[in-house]
Amino acid sequence: MMACHFLRALFRIQQTSTSSSSSGRSRRIRRAAYASMAYSAGTRRAWSRALLRKLRSRARLRFPRRLSRAATPQRRDMDQAQVLRKLVPGGPSMDDCKLLEETADYIRCLTTQVRLMQTVMDSISS
Amino acid sequence: MSGRDRRITDEEINELVSKLQSLLPESRRRNIGRNKREIREAAVAIKIMSGRDRRITDEEINELVSKLQSLLPESRRRNIGRASASKLLKETCSYIKSLHREVDGLSDRLSGLMATMDSNSPQADIIRSLLRS
Repeated sequence: MMACHFLRALFRIQQTSTSSSSSGRSRRIRRAAYASMAYSAGTRRAWSRALLRKLRSRARLRFPRRLSRAATPQRRDMDQAQVLRKLVPGGPSMDDCKLLEETADYIRCLTTQVRLMQTVMDSISS
Repeated sequence: MSGRDRRITDEEINELVSKLQSLLPESRRRNIGRNKREIREAAVAIKIMSGRDRRITDEEINELVSKLQSLLPESRRRNIGRASASKLLKETCSYIKSLHREVDGLSDRLSGLMATMDSNSPQADIIRSLLRS
């Protein structure tokens, strides 16, 4: 279950990183967040499989967060699908139909994870 | 793009698009329009595009755009500057990006909060109790 995995990871991070930098800890938390998402969906989904592969290869978890403003004129229909492909893990190898399906599931998972993190934040800071 | 030549039915496309649409928060859904027909046309547009070679011409795009716009009722045409398919995808991309940013932001804040914790603090107890529940 997503919450269990994430909380345990948080606990581990807290125990083992008392001397490390705040940004290092933040990166580990972020990684734990995406890991929890991937584990909760398991191998059922293409996006979660792609994410698991990325995590296991210890690659830097990167989704293109900032498209350079300079290079963005009016985007056409085709380009938006490409943009979406870059945002959803495993996107580049999906056809448009699969992309929509995976996107829907990915969004569901993302929102759950965000809500979980907010809940943890609220519990800790109260 | 792997361009798998799979025949997808209209129903499947409609289902996918409404599923996707239903996941957008209300405020973003408004940007697209709740008109089912618009969405259907967006789905058709996506279906057409997915059946094609990636190199879609400007003419085809313009044709698609005018076709979509002509199908919108007058009242909605005002709200939509461009094709519905494009809007739907754009809103989705924008939403996913904002969710990614939220994960980043929450990670930063959690990291900050954890810096003030030690294993004996009440916050650590909260996490432990959350784990147990």
